[in-house]
Amino acid sequence: MKPIIRVENLTHTYGVGTPFCRSAVKDVNMEILEGEFLGIIGHTGSGKSTLIQHLNGLLKPTAGRILLEGRDIWAEPKKIRNVRFHVGLVFQYPEYQLFEETVYKDIAFGPRNMGLDEGEVDRRVRAALAFSGLKEDLLDKSPFDLSGGQKRRVAIAGVIAMEPEVLILDEPSAGLDPAGRRSMLENIRNYHQERGTAVVMVSHSMDEVAENVDRIVVMANAGVVMSGAPHEVFSRAQELIDVGLNVPQVTQVAMELKRRGLGIDPAVYTVDDLRAALSTLKGGRG
Amino acid sequence: MTEIIKTKSLTFSYPPDEGKEPIPALKEIDLSVEQGSFVVVLGHNGSGKSTLAKHMNAVLLPGGGKVWVSGMDTTDENLLVEVRRQVGMVFQNPDNQIVANVVEEDVAFGPENLGVPTEEIQRRVAVALKAVGMEEFTLHAPHHLSGGQKQRIAIAGVIAMEPACIVLDESTAMLDPLGRRDVLDTVRHLNREKGITILLITHHMEEAATADRVVVMDDGRIVMDGAPGEVLVRVEELRKIGLAAPHTVELLYGLRQDGFDVPLDALDIRTCADVIMTSLNK
Repeated sequence: MKPIIRVENLTHTYGVGTPFCRSAVKDVNMEILEGEFLGIIGHTGSGKSTLIQHLNGLLKPTAGRILLEGRDIWAEPKKIRNVRFHVGLVFQYPEYQLFEETVYKDIAFGPRNMGLDEGEVDRRVRAALAFSGLKEDLLDKSPFDLSGGQKRRVAIAGVIAMEPEVLILDEPSAGLDPAGRRSMLENIRNYHQERGTAVVMVSHSMDEVAENVDRIVVMANAGVVMSGAPHEVFSRAQELIDVGLNVPQVTQVAMELKRRGLGIDPAVYTVDDLRAALSTLKGGRG
Repeated sequence: MTEIIKTKSLTFSYPPDEGKEPIPALKEIDLSVEQGSFVVVLGHNGSGKSTLAKHMNAVLLPGGGKVWVSGMDTTDENLLVEVRRQVGMVFQNPDNQIVANVVEEDVAFGPENLGVPTEEIQRRVAVALKAVGMEEFTLHAPHHLSGGQKQRIAIAGVIAMEPACIVLDESTAMLDPLGRRDVLDTVRHLNREKGITILLITHHMEEAATADRVVVMDDGRIVMDGAPGEVLVRVEELRKIGLAAPHTVELLYGLRQDGFDVPLDALDIRTCADVIMTSLNK
């Protein structure tokens, strides 16, 4: 697969010239491949939010470049807004950023800014609404009358409606209850499967990332420390723990079992996989 | 046992939309919380857990029934300041709880309002920031801190009021694992070392595993109440009300269906591994 976004030697330093001067991202190189579902994990302060704000040109690199389909997004700074139509970014807690009178207008805001005709805007609003798991009867309501979970879905729909080639979601399930989390992730998975465009999910929930993405990038101390398929990343569980990340409970149980001498692959990360592995083992012994 | 919080037939409804019937958020809640205990309240969104929490220090007043804090009726306006001093609240969103431009001023806000003398405030602020492990940020600007750090500042602000009880209303929901662990370690420490009663409202099941007691809410009622080992193993019932048992329990539950002889209440990682090994070696 070809990269759609390439990050080259990216450094971003906040507060230059103040006592709080600090590089949030330091010499980062990474790629987002066309059509992949990528997870970025890292603890607070690891630089992941700073990194993704560079991907659609909200932040300008202190050093290094961001290439979108091979072109430096800052080659023509005046056209940076166009990058945002190609790379859609859903912030953390996007429900706080709704502002229009109706759900419809809020979702239509992005596509209208792109200069699309009203027929196309309407098509996109309805498609985005469905992807986000909302019903059409909400379209005329004020976004402020909705529940927290619904508001978040409206905000996500607003970005999806721009039909970006890369959709980046910063902690899309944070603060939701288990049922809300499950259904949010299901919607994102469906969106990815149906649209086939790249989706980047930033999360600090290992369980969530492990169960959903094709590839994981692990950030710590302002840099990328690991990248690979979930199985490869979790095979280095101890390193993840060392950089302050939680590995899934299931992986931890598997690691403990291995430590106790059981011949088991410690890189499992779902309840079903570990259950199956243990049952096979028991069958072999039994 | 001494009760710090007691509710009797507590009922509450939010004002309904015009022309609609009010829907009760709490239905006849009877709950009593022992002084010095660590209680986790679980429930999905809309189960009534936050509404219940807001009754613990008179942010909300009962629509029916009663709430007492250390024997004080929360509807008695003369006791309001004392009720709020005894029960401190920490909310979900760290950004909505910061009032000052410097960390130490933010932490001092509560005791200042109680009229505590300046020297005593300084002492309390120092103790509170140390208790949450944020002493090196005393002179920092709160808006430059991470979510977890802000939340610890909010907790410090509550601690500075020297409360008997702290209610954390989904205060870890917006934090990452590290921030969450810091906040949980902080409240566990306050519970053990200072005997402060902790009421932790959450939907993270793992947080419930180390509590003294777990209360589960659904549809405005308390539907389960007991030790973590009793409540968190009720896999089917938890699923039915939109919650999930911890993964350790889910795993053991699955293994039992596959013929393993394992108990369900091995909540933590090591015990879980132990019971699996024992069963395999039989």
